[in-house]
Amino acid sequence: MSTSAGQTGTVLTVEDFSVDYLGETTVRAVRHVDLSLGRGEILGLAGESGCGKSTLAYGLTRLLKPPAVISSGRAVFHSREGYDIDLGALHGEDLRAFRWDKISMVFQGAMNSLNPVISIRAQLEDIFSTHRPELSRAERRQRCGDLLERVGVDRDRLRSYPHELSGGMRQRVMIAMAMALEPQVMIMDEPTTALDVVVQREILLEITRLRDELGFAVVFITHDLPLLLEISDRIAVMRAGEITELGSAAQVYSQPEHPYTEQLLASFPSLTGQRGDFIRAGLDERLLDLDPVRVADVDGGASR
Amino acid sequence: MSTLEVRGLVKNYHLKQGWRGRRLVAVNDVSFTLEPGRTVALVGQSGSGKSTVAKLLLQLERSSAGEILLDGSPVARRGRGLAQYRRTVQMVFQDPFASLNPYHSIAHHLARPLRLHGHGRTAAELEEGVHRLLERVRLTPADVVARRRPHELSGGQRQRVAIARALAPGPGILIADEPVSMLDVSIRLGVLNLLAELQREENLGVLYITHDLATARHFSDEILVMYRGEIVERGPSDQVILDPQHDYTKLLLQAAPNPEKRLATLRSDR
Repeated sequence: MSTSAGQTGTVLTVEDFSVDYLGETTVRAVRHVDLSLGRGEILGLAGESGCGKSTLAYGLTRLLKPPAVISSGRAVFHSREGYDIDLGALHGEDLRAFRWDKISMVFQGAMNSLNPVISIRAQLEDIFSTHRPELSRAERRQRCGDLLERVGVDRDRLRSYPHELSGGMRQRVMIAMAMALEPQVMIMDEPTTALDVVVQREILLEITRLRDELGFAVVFITHDLPLLLEISDRIAVMRAGEITELGSAAQVYSQPEHPYTEQLLASFPSLTGQRGDFIRAGLDERLLDLDPVRVADVDGGASR
Repeated sequence: MSTLEVRGLVKNYHLKQGWRGRRLVAVNDVSFTLEPGRTVALVGQSGSGKSTVAKLLLQLERSSAGEILLDGSPVARRGRGLAQYRRTVQMVFQDPFASLNPYHSIAHHLARPLRLHGHGRTAAELEEGVHRLLERVRLTPADVVARRRPHELSGGQRQRVAIARALAPGPGILIADEPVSMLDVSIRLGVLNLLAELQREENLGVLYITHDLATARHFSDEILVMYRGEIVERGPSDQVILDPQHDYTKLLLQAAPNPEKRLATLRSDR
C-alpha cells in the first residue's frame, strides 16, 4: 500500500474508507472514500442529510458506536513531529490520549452539547486536567481564560452556565474547547447551521483567522454549498456514501464535473446575480422529481 | 380573493425580572398589505420579531396596538367571524417534522380541515377531497400517499403535505414561516416553485418569512427588512437586495454567503 507518509504537506490520509451499519439490512453509509487533508487546509465536505458525511467524520475520530463498523480501509494521521499513527490501530489509553490532542471535533448542534449543569470553566478545565495533568490549577485557569478570549468571548464568562450565553457564544465556547490542546486537525460538523447569518459570518471569520494563526487543518461539514465555496480551499461533494467530486473551491463552482454537483449548485439562487425566474416562471416538474414518492420501499436508504 | 392589511401593529411583552418588570417591544409600528397574487417577504435576524408578526396575523397572540383588517373590516375576536378569518388566513410552519402528528395518516391530516370548513361530510367526499389536495401538491399516487404516516415521507414531501393542509380550507392568504429552512437544499427550490405555482392558481396573497435573502429576492415581489421589531427598509425585491439603503440591510447582505465575491478575490490573487 502506498502511503504519503513522508510528505510534509499532508496531515491526514484516508484510504478506501468504508463504514457499514449492521442493522436488519446492512446499510453502506460510507463507501470507499479516499481523501487527503493538507496541513492548514480547510476542506469542505458537502452533501445532503443521509449522505454519510457525519458518519465519515465520526469514523475518522473513531467515535462510531455499534452497529456501525469500519468495514474497509484506514485513516492515517501524520503528526507534525514526523511520525504516523494508524487510527484503526489505536486502543484503550492510546486512543483516549490521541483524541482531542491531535484531532478534535465540533459536533453537530454544538450549542446543545455543553453540559447545562456545569459551569463553562469546569467544562474547559476538564480537558486540561485529563490531557495535561502536569499543569497547576492556576495555569489551567489562565489557559481557559486565554482560550475564551481567543474566540472572542470575555474571560468573565468562565463563571457562566451554558443557558446564560447566546447561541453564538455557546458555539464559540465549543470551538474554544476543540482548540484547547492545539490539535492539528479539527472536524467541524455543521458548526453554524442553527445560527442566523450575521452570527454565522462572525464565526466563519473567526475560524479562518484562527486557522491562519495556529495552522490547524479543518474538515468543514455542511450542506450549505455557497458557504463552503467561501471558506474552503478544497471541496468534496458526497452522495450516497461516496465522494462524487473533489476539487478546489473555484473549480467546483465554475466547472463542476459531476451532474450532482451541478444540481446542488443550481439549488442556490444567486443573491446578487441575474434574477432567474426559476421559482416563479411556472411549475418545473423536474424540481419535484428530485424528491419522488417511493411506492415500493426496497432499499432502506442511508441513515444519518 | 382577500386582502389583508396591517396598520401600525405593536406587540409588547412583559418580562419579569425579580421584583421589577420590563417591557419588551417585540413588534413596533409594523404596517403592510398582502394582496392577492403578490408575495411579501419579511426578512431579519433571529429575534427581530418576524415570527411574532406571524403569530399576530394568525390570532395566536393579541396585538397591543394597531389593527389587522381583512378586506377592510377588523378581525372578529371570537365566534363565526373569527372562524371565517381562520379559514381565509392559513399557515405553513417551519418544521414539517413537528407540525404533522406522527400517529395520524396523511389522509387524516387533510380530511379534518376539509370537514371542519365544510368542504365535505361523507367519507367518499372527504376521500375525494384528500386525493385532490394531494394531486395539487404533486404527491402521487394519491391513494398510496394518503395511507402513509408522516415518517414514511421525506422532509420535502411532509412540507408539501403541510402546504396541502393549509390549502384545504380554501384560504386567500398564506403565511409561510421559513417553509424551506429545515429541508435539504436540493429540494428547497422545488417546494418554493410549487408554492409559487399554487399561489398563481389560487391567487393567494403570501407572506414569506425567512432569513435567506437569496430566496426572498427570487420568490417575492416586495421585501420588508425587520430589525428589533421595526421595519427599517422596504421596497421591491431587486431594489432592496441590489441597492440597500439602511445599514442593517447592508450588514445582512454582507453576512449572507456569496460565492461570487470569494471567487473574484481568488481570481485577483492569481
